[in-house]
Amino acid sequence: MKTRILGFAALAAVVVATVVGLLVVPADLNQGDAQRIMYPHVASAWLAYLSFGVTALFGILWLWKRDLRYDAVALAGAEIGVMFTAFAIWGGMMWGRPVWGVFWQWEDPRLTTTALLLALYVGYLLLRRLTDDPERRATRAAIVGVVAAVDIPIVHFSVEWWRGLHQTATIASPERALDPAAPMVFVGTLLGMLGAFTVAWLYLMIRRYQLARAELAREEEARLGRLRAVQVAGLSSSSQETAR
Amino acid sequence: MTDAGFVIAAYGVILGGLGLYTVVLWRRLRAAQPSDEGR
Repeated sequence: MKTRILGFAALAAVVVATVVGLLVVPADLNQGDAQRIMYPHVASAWLAYLSFGVTALFGILWLWKRDLRYDAVALAGAEIGVMFTAFAIWGGMMWGRPVWGVFWQWEDPRLTTTALLLALYVGYLLLRRLTDDPERRATRAAIVGVVAAVDIPIVHFSVEWWRGLHQTATIASPERALDPAAPMVFVGTLLGMLGAFTVAWLYLMIRRYQLARAELAREEEARLGRLRAVQVAGLSSSSQETAR
Repeated sequence: MTDAGFVIAAYGVILGGLGLYTVVLWRRLRAAQPSDEGR
């Protein structure tokens, strides 16, 4: 019931943030309406970092504690992180065409490292399909999840370390936290969208975790069923041999 | 395409994707978990 309330809260928050971002806040003087894309684009990128950070953290917890609930959280983070990374890339492309003049540029370090991040975690999800053994799957995925997380700071700091099309951080760098490069009305709207997306993220994480647990229980049930069938088949063949 | 077209394309795919993922998640959860416990 609490999760359902969280779902309604997420829906309301996303609707309000969208209305504010599209209709209430004025357009940027230089970028025009295209700047409105920044709100879901940046919020998606931050949530992608958070999701993959959760995947890495809970991967480590699985390796340490050997509790499959941690692996379920790691899986939820990876799947939802892939979705938010795709949203960030899509939003960036839709903003880039009218503002930069191109949808994409492979020479840009931020864009390329983000594409790599997406590929790494799609690989993580594919890797999970290679084995039915939950423990082996969790261990392999945890190692990949932790190694892939090395790309998160590379994506984030790529705009500071190398030159490219992508602008440097607007509010996320420590020296700009209290003096952002954008007007406060835009920063406030961005933080509002980030808050709304974070509530939606939390709701989806809970639901995806519940799904992972339910799927694991089903797998376990199917495995026990197969084991029982093998035992019954073994018993009936041995009783037939005894009868002969 | 105009700026408004890019804005609509961006918001449409992101919010539509978020909604679609939520619906697919519900359906998968319902299929995997027949009882209504914990909802």
